[in-house]
Amino acid sequence: MSATIEFVIDGKEIQGQPGQTILEAAQQAGVYIPRLCYMKGLVPHGSCRVCTVLVNGRPQSACTQPVAPGMVVENNTEKVTALRRNIVEMLFVEGNHFCMFCEKSGNCELQALAYRLGIAAPKYPYLFPTRDIDMSHPDVFIDRNRCILCGRCVRASRDVDGKHVFDFVGRGPHKRVAVNAEVRLADTNLDVRDKAAEACPVGAIMKKRVGYAVPIGQRLYDHKPIGSEIENGKK
Amino acid sequence: MAKPKVATTSLAGCFGCHMSLLDIDDRILKLVELVDFDKSPVDDIKEFTGRCAVGLIEGGCCNEENVKVLRDFRAHCDILISVGDCAIMGGIPAMRNGIPLQECYAEAYLKGPTVHNPSGRIPNDPELPLLLNRVYPCHEVVKIDYHLPGCPPPADTLWEALVALLSDKPVQLPYELVKYD
Ligand code: SF4
Ligand code: SF4
Ligand code: FES
Repeated sequence: MSATIEFVIDGKEIQGQPGQTILEAAQQAGVYIPRLCYMKGLVPHGSCRVCTVLVNGRPQSACTQPVAPGMVVENNTEKVTALRRNIVEMLFVEGNHFCMFCEKSGNCELQALAYRLGIAAPKYPYLFPTRDIDMSHPDVFIDRNRCILCGRCVRASRDVDGKHVFDFVGRGPHKRVAVNAEVRLADTNLDVRDKAAEACPVGAIMKKRVGYAVPIGQRLYDHKPIGSEIENGKK
Repeated sequence: MAKPKVATTSLAGCFGCHMSLLDIDDRILKLVELVDFDKSPVDDIKEFTGRCAVGLIEGGCCNEENVKVLRDFRAHCDILISVGDCAIMGGIPAMRNGIPLQECYAEAYLKGPTVHNPSGRIPNDPELPLLLNRVYPCHEVVKIDYHLPGCPPPADTLWEALVALLSDKPVQLPYELVKYD
């Protein structure tokens, strides 16, 4: 293999490989950098900015920024955490997140990040936007109230499934995930076994007839914060 | 020395958060040693009798009466806490926030599947508090000092937070006690 690239995250020496992103190199070294739109196996999108770190003092998205020798990265500092907290709070007020009856609750990456960042309530006013739900497909539904526009479904369908079932339309507050059909998900060729059907970090694209399968207390993030598995070297 | 006083209320909530408070089981005996209850459904005191150390708010604001009570709590309590998801983000009642008010009234009084209303009139008695255009989280109406999320927050969450506040300690809840469901 080629030479390692040495750099520093929060004072810890990290050895990355050429071509790796900061997020990947950190993860290999047991350092968790929070992320939402990043998913292993998909082309990084760099859109949610939750993975923002300071590289030599400049904000960069760790999921897209390649490692370079000697870079000094700030990740788990008060300043960076405050920034991430703001982003996550905005995601909550920009959608309609009723965690109390959401099937994803306990296994949701957005909610888990809010827990990890210690958010008791967002400081921004709730927007309560009008969003729709598509129940037309026999096995999968879309609840756009919970969509955070991470693009994981878009990339999974395009790059892994080779189908282009999902894409974004509109801009700004009107941006939404659309399906590759006139209106309905049922009229696309999405199959419940597609990668796109399980790529959503939140409860926006969900399989039907699963419901609240795992009891409270046994769900992914009930006891340990998201990222603990990386910090404990299990991933 | 007089015990500090605690007041509680349920605005647009389901009383689930109050149930959770009762769920502290026999610690309720310790609680009455620590505090006196002022205005609260727990003792049915309807009006404040004086200054309170802590006010617990369940539910958000869906009508003008909720706003009045919430402001009254802010005026009488040193520390005001939003308890539960309805107080924090509107909760289930806020599901009406995307629906025009006229449609909500029509569903409740005219068109709903279990409605029997031959007069076809929507109640409009001055005794009835007017609905707000939407349900508001408490911190969008008055200043709130602490938020304890959950639907409802576990009894342990309420207990730990109350005990910390009443003994002038910082409220530092363990990871497992701060959840949104
Ligand atoms: S998608 Fe996540 S954050 Fe949104 S309501 Fe569901 S559990 Fe809560
Ligand atoms: S539906 Fe899910 S995966 Fe697709 S953009 Fe929205 S949040 Fe991301
Ligand atoms: S995870 Fe890097 S920008 Fe979303």
